[in-house]
Parts: sequence; structure tokens; C-alpha cells
Amino acid sequence: MEFKLSEEQEMIRKTVRDFAESEVAPKAGPMDEAEEYDYTLWDKMAEMGLTGIPFPEEYEGAGMDNVCYAIAVEELSRVCASTGVLISAHTSLCAWPIYAFGTEEQKQKYLVPLASGKKIGALGLTEPSAGSDAGSVKTSAVLDGDEYVLNGSKIFITNGEKADIYVIIASTDKTKGHRGTAAFIVEKGTPGFTFGKKEHKMGIRASSTYELVFENCRVPRENLLGEDGKGFKIALMTLDGGRIGIAAQALGIAQGAFDEALKYSKVREQFGKPISSFQGLQWMLADMATRIEAARLLVYKAAYLKDQGEPYSKESAMAKLFASECAMWVTTKAVQIFGGYGYTREYPVERMMRDAKITEIYEGTSEVQRIVIAANLLK
Amino acid sequence: MKILVCLKQTFDTEAKIVLDENGKIERQGVSLIMNPYDEFAVEEALRLKENQGEGEVTVISVGGQQTQDALRQALAMGADKAVLVDPGDVELDEYSTATILAKVISGMEYDIILGGFRAIDDGSAQVAGRVAEILNIPVVNMITKLEVADGKAVATREIEGGSEVVEVPLPAVLTAQKGLNEPRYPSMKGIMKAKKKPMQKMTLADVGLEEGQIAPKVKAISFSLPEPRKAGKIIPGEPAEAARELARLLREEAKVV
Ligand SMILES: Cc1cc2nc3c(=O)[nH]c(=O)nc-3n(C[C@H](O)[C@H](O)[C@H](O)COP(=O)(O)OP(=O)(O)OC[C@H]3O[C@@H](n4cnc5c(N)ncnc54)[C@H](O)[C@@H]3O)c2cc1C
Repeated sequence: MEFKLSEEQEMIRKTVRDFAESEVAPKAGPMDEAEEYDYTLWDKMAEMGLTGIPFPEEYEGAGMDNVCYAIAVEELSRVCASTGVLISAHTSLCAWPIYAFGTEEQKQKYLVPLASGKKIGALGLTEPSAGSDAGSVKTSAVLDGDEYVLNGSKIFITNGEKADIYVIIASTDKTKGHRGTAAFIVEKGTPGFTFGKKEHKMGIRASSTYELVFENCRVPRENLLGEDGKGFKIALMTLDGGRIGIAAQALGIAQGAFDEALKYSKVREQFGKPISSFQGLQWMLADMATRIEAARLLVYKAAYLKDQGEPYSKESAMAKLFASECAMWVTTKAVQIFGGYGYTREYPVERMMRDAKITEIYEGTSEVQRIVIAANLLK
Repeated sequence: MKILVCLKQTFDTEAKIVLDENGKIERQGVSLIMNPYDEFAVEEALRLKENQGEGEVTVISVGGQQTQDALRQALAMGADKAVLVDPGDVELDEYSTATILAKVISGMEYDIILGGFRAIDDGSAQVAGRVAEILNIPVVNMITKLEVADGKAVATREIEGGSEVVEVPLPAVLTAQKGLNEPRYPSMKGIMKAKKKPMQKMTLADVGLEEGQIAPKVKAISFSLPEPRKAGKIIPGEPAEAARELARLLREEAKVV
């Protein structure tokens, strides 16, 4: 058993941390405040190759493993969770299913620009009445000649409006339930595909979250991703990997909040000494660090299993469940350590606590993770 | 065009320096980085190569095995080869380091040698100049702009109160000042390529030197840490009154105005 990162894994951590601290961190607060992402950061990440980390070089990816990918998302999220989910949703939820299920033509046409960062990606699965029960999607896709005609709407779509390429899960045969679903690649600008409401959120406020609306949107038949009937399966497999990204995001948020709290506890003085000298806070710091370390091991292990080609559905659900609950707990404690200052926007822990909450909800709520884990245990 | 860059691994700028029980700087547990001024030099070397459309960038360092991290970073940024001379567990001063570097370099082909003008740790700003002296080639220090053409380098350098443009024939040593460029981040592809690039490791003997030849000429007698910064003073009261009090303190206590 080896608990040591490889040379390139260490190097990606250092590089992304440098980048995150100098380029992203100064913008994290203002972008949160403005509820707008500064996409010049995207261009810089594309140049560095952060937009296609786990894909082979032949598709313009970096040819790195999923542990590297998790480390990159962790380091970005350590200073800005909105940046973490931008990369995670793009990579895991859009580029990955195209890489895993796409034809060679689809990969050339869509994966290459996604991985190189020329295009941004998103996944549209959730609907107003199909959340945790994602198999019950109502958006319909009807074959008409050489085109599928899409009707319906998707909500809460990360990177919505900003993304150029969308993987959309729709129902092609209502009588078959989730076995009658299919995945499609839909380009922004396709007639009949528009954007509805922009969500105003508690956290990850710089991340764009939109409703997608399809009204007689005609998608070429060759944009069917994988087999007809396998849409839900593709979505579930995509989420298995996506959860590694979100778990890494949660881990990064927790680490960021811990680092801030540790630093502050050493300089803030009360009763004539640094608050870190009080055992009550020392125990809090010890628990925070311990949970973060446990989360990190779960996240890297899930990524490692994926790299080894071994089953990872249970482990990625465990990693996401534990890391997201860790992030919520740690950020709450971080605010506590900052006292009143932590509750204000003067310090980043307030934002981090708001950002942490979403990791317990999207890509399957904590309850859904427990369902996935239990189903794996009982099968 | 053969471009050499001398680089040093230093303490992280944010590292907390402490002294061990012998009064020496504690190196244990300190995170290390590429000397930021050397990063400018690496970046300039890469730009030179890119602008010329051809060339080879070799990065060279004298240091222990962990110095490979700094060299690897330069390779990930785009340098082609790295050379590490590990002199073993010996004390080095600027003379020793420059002697080793010059010896290695004298066995290599080069058109231009770049380095940072100083290292952020000991800050002596001597090594590059000494290397140039030993190799008997010109040195231009603290450059903020560089153009190379027709076997000549035209460099802009900082001087007291202004700047100066200097032309030197190549080969020459040029040292980087802040402002020369904005170093790139290693790309992910660069990181993947870096591990396949050559990293030549040499001992003193491989270089053709004996310990006696690099014995330091300067000996640090003692180290001390700066006085901890005192807490600032807040002057209460009405703005006009507080300003008057501030002026008085600056004049009478701090004696700065
Ligand atoms: C900011 C944001 C970004 C998002 N990004 C995307 C995206 O990019 N693409 C996308 O497709 N979707 C996205 N989503 C949707 C997200 O994945 C869903 O919100 C999530 O899966 C939960 O679905 P729901 O909101 O309908 O909640 P519901 O399913 O209605 O759940 C409500 C509550 O009931 C619980 N619950 C439901 N069923 C069970 C059960 N069987 N047992 C126990 N408890 C249960 C849930 O855990 C939850 O606590 C995003 C959501 C948000 C808020």
C-alpha cells in the first residue's frame, strides 16, 4: 500500500495551488458578490490544460489520471468553489460521457473543443418533477426523419447559458420509463433551445445555474449519445464519476476554510492570548483536520479505483457523502472560530459555509448517496 | 541557440524562518520553491527560444536531491533539459557555487546564460556575475527587457533613478530583475512531459572538481532573526486632533518627519 502522490500529482497540486492563490482567490469574493463569473479565468485554465485533465492527448486532454483531476478540483475549490464546479461539471458531466459513450466523430467534434477549453460543457438531467428520481424525466425526444425533436425543460443546470455544448437526457419512449430514455448532445444556438430562469442561490453564486427550455428543438440524429434506451444508465454512470469531482470540490472547500481558521486562530487574541491557545478551539481544529484527512483519503481512493478500471460507484458515493458532510461541518466550525467576524463578508469563511451546502445536494443528495451505498452493499 | 539558465531552489517566500539549537537556519519542514528571480530567467529563456523559432533551454542547479523539484518545474514550464550538480554535504558560499556552475558550463555549448539577479534567501547577488567572470564573458545585471539578434544582446537594465540600454556580444550572462516578464504556469501537458525529459545528475567528481577547490571563502559567523514587529498604534479622537497627535508622534517618537 502506498500513500504517496506521484511526482506529477505533487506537481499539479503545486501548480494549481499557485494559480488558484494568485489568480482565482482575489476574484472569489467579488464574483460571489456580483453573482457573475469572470470567464477570463476560464481562458487561463484552458491555456494551462485544466479543462481536459483526464482525457487522452489525442483528444487535446492532458492525459492525466483521475487523482490529478481530483487534486485540481480540490485546489481550485480551496479558494473558490464556483471555479471548482465550473471545471467539475464541464469535465465530469459533459466531456466525460462524450469520451466514454461517444462515437469517434462525436469525440472529434465535441470532446476535442471541450478538452482544449475552446468550448464549455454542461449536463441537463434534472427537471422540475425529476430530481432525485432522475429516471422519471419528461423532456421528450421524438424521432422525425433524421432529427430528434426535443420538448420540455431542465432546471438547475450548472454552466447553463455559458456552456456551448449540453448533454441532455430525454425520454424517447414514455411507456418504458427510464429504459425509454436517451442522451443527446445539443449545441447552444440550436433553434428551439433557449434559456429560462437564472437561479439566485445561497452559495456557489458565481456559478451560473439556469433553466434550459426546449421547444420543438431539432437535434440531428447523429447527436444521439450512446444507444437509445440507455439515457438513464449513461446519466448514472456519469454521476458516479461526477461525484468524485464534487467530493473533491467539498474537500477543497473544507481545506480552504480550515486553513483560514487555523491562521486566524493564531493571530486573534482574547483574554490576552491567541485564541488557538484555548483547548476548546484546539479540539475543534483537531477534529476539523482529522475529518478533512479522512475525506481526502476517500476522494483519492475513489479516483484511484476509477484509474485502475475497478468498480467505483460505491466508493465515489461514499467519498461524496463524507466529503460534503465534512465540508458543511468544517465550514460551520470555521465560522465559529472567526466569531462575529466569520459571519461578515470581511472574511471568506462566510462564503465557504454557504458554498459547502450545495455539495450535500447536487449530483445526488446525501440521502441519495446513502441509497447508492446501501444498494451496493445489499446487491 | 543554446540557452542556459542557472537556477536555485530557495525557501518559500512565506516560509517561517527559525534557527535550530546551533543557531543555524532550520531547513526541516520548510517548503521550497524555485527562486522567483530565476523563474523570470526561465521564462525569458523560453520566450527567447519561442521567438527564435529554434533552440534549446537547459536549466542548471547546484543543490541537494530535492532541488530536482525546482528543475522539474522549469522542465514543466518548457525547458528541454536539466542538470543537477549535487556537491554532497559541504558548505558552499557564492564562490563555491559559481566555481561549480562555471566548471559545468565550460563543458557545454552556450550562446547565452540567464539567471535571477539575486536569490531571495541569502540575497547576495553574486553568483551569476562570478560565473561570467570565471568564463570570461560579459555580464549585464538586473535586466527588465531583452532582445537578441545577430550574435548580440540588447538589454534594458535598471540603474539608480532610471534605466540604461546595454548592448553586449554573445555569449554573455544576463540576470533578471522583476518586471522582465510574467512567468507562465506549467501546463498540464508540460507536467506530463517533464518526467520524460532528461535530468542529468552529477557529483563534484563528475564535474571534475575536488572539495578543496570549492572551499568557501566566506564564513557566516552567526544568524539572528529580526525583532518581531510591534503592534501598531491606534490614535483615538476627532480626526483633526488625531492627525495633530500623529504628526507629533512621527516627529518626536518615530523621528521620521
Ligand atoms: C446549484 C445547483 C446546481 C445543479 N446542477 C445541476 C446540473 O448541472 N445538472 C443537473 O441535471 N442537475 C443539477 N442540479 C440538480 C440537482 O442534482 C438536484 O437538485 C438534486 O439531485 C436533488 O433533486 P431535487 O432538487 O428535485 O430534490 P428532491 O428530489 O425533491 O429531494 C428533496 C428531498 O427529499 C429527499 N429524498 C428524495 N427522494 C428520497 C428517497 N428516495 N429517500 C430519502 N430521501 C429522499 C432528498 O434527499 C431531499 O432531501 C443542480 C442543483 C443545484 C441546486
